[in-house]
This record gives sequence, C-alpha cells and structure tokens, in this order.
Amino acid sequence: MTVEFDTSSAKFAEYAEPGRLVTTEWLAAHLDTPGVVVVESDEDVLLYETGHIPGAVKVDWHTELNDPVVRDYVDGEGFAALLSRKGISRDDTVVLYGDKNNWWAAYALWVFSLFGHEDVRLLDGGRDRWISEGRELTTAAPQRAATDYPVVERDDSVLRAYKDDVLSFIGSGPLIDVRSPEEYSGERTSAPAYPEEGALRAGHIPTAQSVPWGKAVAEDGGFRPRAELEAIYRDGAGIREGDAVVAYCRIGERSSHTWFVLRHLLGHADVRNYDGSWTEWGSAVRVPIVTGTEPGAL
Amino acid sequence: MARMTETHVPDTLAEIRDEFLDLPESERLQLLLEFSNELPAVSDEVASHPEMYERVAECQSPVYIHVEVIDDVVTMHATAPPEAPTTRGFASILVQGITGLHADEVLAIPADYPQSIGLTRAVSPLRIAGMTGMLMRVKRQVAAKR
Repeated sequence: MTVEFDTSSAKFAEYAEPGRLVTTEWLAAHLDTPGVVVVESDEDVLLYETGHIPGAVKVDWHTELNDPVVRDYVDGEGFAALLSRKGISRDDTVVLYGDKNNWWAAYALWVFSLFGHEDVRLLDGGRDRWISEGRELTTAAPQRAATDYPVVERDDSVLRAYKDDVLSFIGSGPLIDVRSPEEYSGERTSAPAYPEEGALRAGHIPTAQSVPWGKAVAEDGGFRPRAELEAIYRDGAGIREGDAVVAYCRIGERSSHTWFVLRHLLGHADVRNYDGSWTEWGSAVRVPIVTGTEPGAL
Repeated sequence: MARMTETHVPDTLAEIRDEFLDLPESERLQLLLEFSNELPAVSDEVASHPEMYERVAECQSPVYIHVEVIDDVVTMHATAPPEAPTTRGFASILVQGITGLHADEVLAIPADYPQSIGLTRAVSPLRIAGMTGMLMRVKRQVAAKR
C-alpha cells in the first residue's frame, strides 16, 4: 500500500516527482504510520547513536551497503539480509535523512534504487533541519521486527556507470563533475578540508562541466526550487531535455545528491552515477585527464 | 637515537586498546561514543588562542589539536564539534592516552596503533585513517617542541 505523498509544499509541487521529498512536518506526523520506515545515513558513523529521529533505523554506507572485500555494493542476498535485519519490507515507504545536506542519505537512496526499491524519499533539509527546528531526538534503539525482504538482483545497467562506460560516453553527452573547483582544476585530489585519499592524479574527466553539488542546496539547507535548479543545470551546464547524463565526484556520495536532483527533481530519465569517480579515474592507467578550469576535449 | 625507531605502546593506550578488544565488535561503537562524550574541554588558555591549534586534515570533520611539552611531559588538547562524534572519540582516546606521558614515550607510539584497537571494521578503514593522521601530527608536534 502506498503511503500518501507530502502535498503540503508548493516547492515540491514544481518538481518532476514531488513525492520524492517530504517535509519535517510531514515526517513528524507520519512517524507511526504503518508502511513508513525512517532511515538515517550519515558520514559520521556515530552520529546516529548521539540521537536520532524516533523509530529511525541506521544504515551505514561504509560498513553495510558496501561489499567488505570487493569495491562494490552488496549483492541481492546481502541487501535482502540487511533490509530484513532492519525491519524493512519491499513495499515500505523508506524516508531517508542524514548529515551533510543528505549526501549519504542520497547515496543510500541511490543504492536502494539499484535494487529497485520503489518508494524511497528524502527528508528535505536532512538531519540539520530536524534538529534546528527543535524536533524530538532519541537514543532509544528502534524496535522493528525483522522482515523477509526478497532477494532481488541488483540492476546496475540503468543508474550506474562503470569506468569503461564513462570512457565511451565522453563526447556523447553531458558529464557533470560535482566536486569542488579545486578538485576539478587539479589543484588537489580531494575536497578542501578532506584527506587526500586514494587518487594518484588530479584534474577532471575531459568534457566534464563543473557544477559543485552544493549549488543545488538553498540557504535553508533544503533543495533549491525547480526554476533555480533549471538555471543551474540547464542554462548553466547545458543539459538538455532527453540528454543522457553521467555525474561523478570522489567516491560517488556527492554525485548521488546531484543524481537525485537531475533524476527526480528535474525529471531527466537517463542519469547515471559514476561511483568509481575520481578515486578510480585519478588512479587508472592511461585514462585521459584534463587540468585547469575548462572542460577540455578528448 | 635508537629509541626513536623502537616502538612501544604505553600502558595508558594499551589499556584503552584492551577495553575495546574485550568487547564484542557490535558494542565497540558504544564505547567509542563514551570516549567521544568524555573529550575534555580545552583549557581556557588554549581556547582563547585558536592560532595555537593545528588542523587535522586527515579527518573529514574539523578537528584541531594542540600539544604542549613542559619539562618533557606531554599534554594534548583537541577540539571537535559535537556533530562529529567519531572524530571526537578518536581525539579523546589520544588525549586520555597521551597526556602525562614523556616525550620519548609519545614518539615511540606505533603509527599503526589506531588499527590495533579493533574498530577498523566497525567504523571502516577510511574513517580510522583520520585517527592515524591525528597521531602522526601529535608526534610531529612533540618532536618539534621537546
């Protein structure tokens, strides 16, 4: 059974899929609604333990959504085991939220989408907005009975791009680099204030437009209204109706945020996230790299 | 100079390590949270001189450390925001384990101490690298100030 969408926001109504977002008011009123499961996903692995939305379960990207050995996500059996353990059913409405303007929540949402979990939504404004509004937090562990989530094969073909896909994609459509300007130009391999981790070369993939992920975020921490997003991605980065788009960052978390904007808020049908991103591209042998502030050509 | 290359885990840090290792993996995060909550407030003198702090770039969250060496005894100060409890926990372990040691003892702490406390799988190797960076910077400050 589908849980009603949040129709309270005029901003949401403008988006291609208004039902992909919920307001804090809506969430507060639906915490006990059967079929709604709230999931917190953060950069900081302990933040949930310091206090979370009542009833919310934690899903950690590093330790739970990734395969522990291969650089890949869990497989169908791993995902089924994880969601069963968390008490999530296949037809549940999953509302995700987290720190850092929902970076990791968007990442988790994208991984849920690889397994075709249909009803996934983000809390607009994320964890910070919930807290800044003085809403209830608890350290009490949620009591959710385990479920029997079905084993569903992960489908990478629609939403995910591998390195070879990107190599052949260069020149055929918009490639969006959502990292900081310093990472794009090649001054550094990781975001300012982040560790220099895992990439041997700096710069960007040829033809990629620089649109830092944070441009999609308004001053209030929520997503910008549709008209402003269109000015950024259509007028600014030149993405046209019907274009196939690939977004990337460092490990795929910030580009999941942009993927969500392009796919669900602006309604582009063919948007893939290149999760290998710079930590793969910047260390791969003989792939083309451009430095400086211009997109460059192949 | 031989001492510089010999490594030894001081008793304080060994106790903290054993505290973690004695717990089942699933409960180690709770202990890290306790350390996080115990991170001592920095002294007034240090707090009023933010320029004395060194930013730990290896950590994803803003964390700053300051090390004093007085009469060969080391005092470590650290500050990190409440929304970065993991980083606070790492800093708290080091502050509690290092403060009061002699400079030689700090310099002898093995660089892989953060990997030895049984948290790598619970928090992910990427995150534990932040603690390694913090330890490295503490040792560098001690070497410079002793």
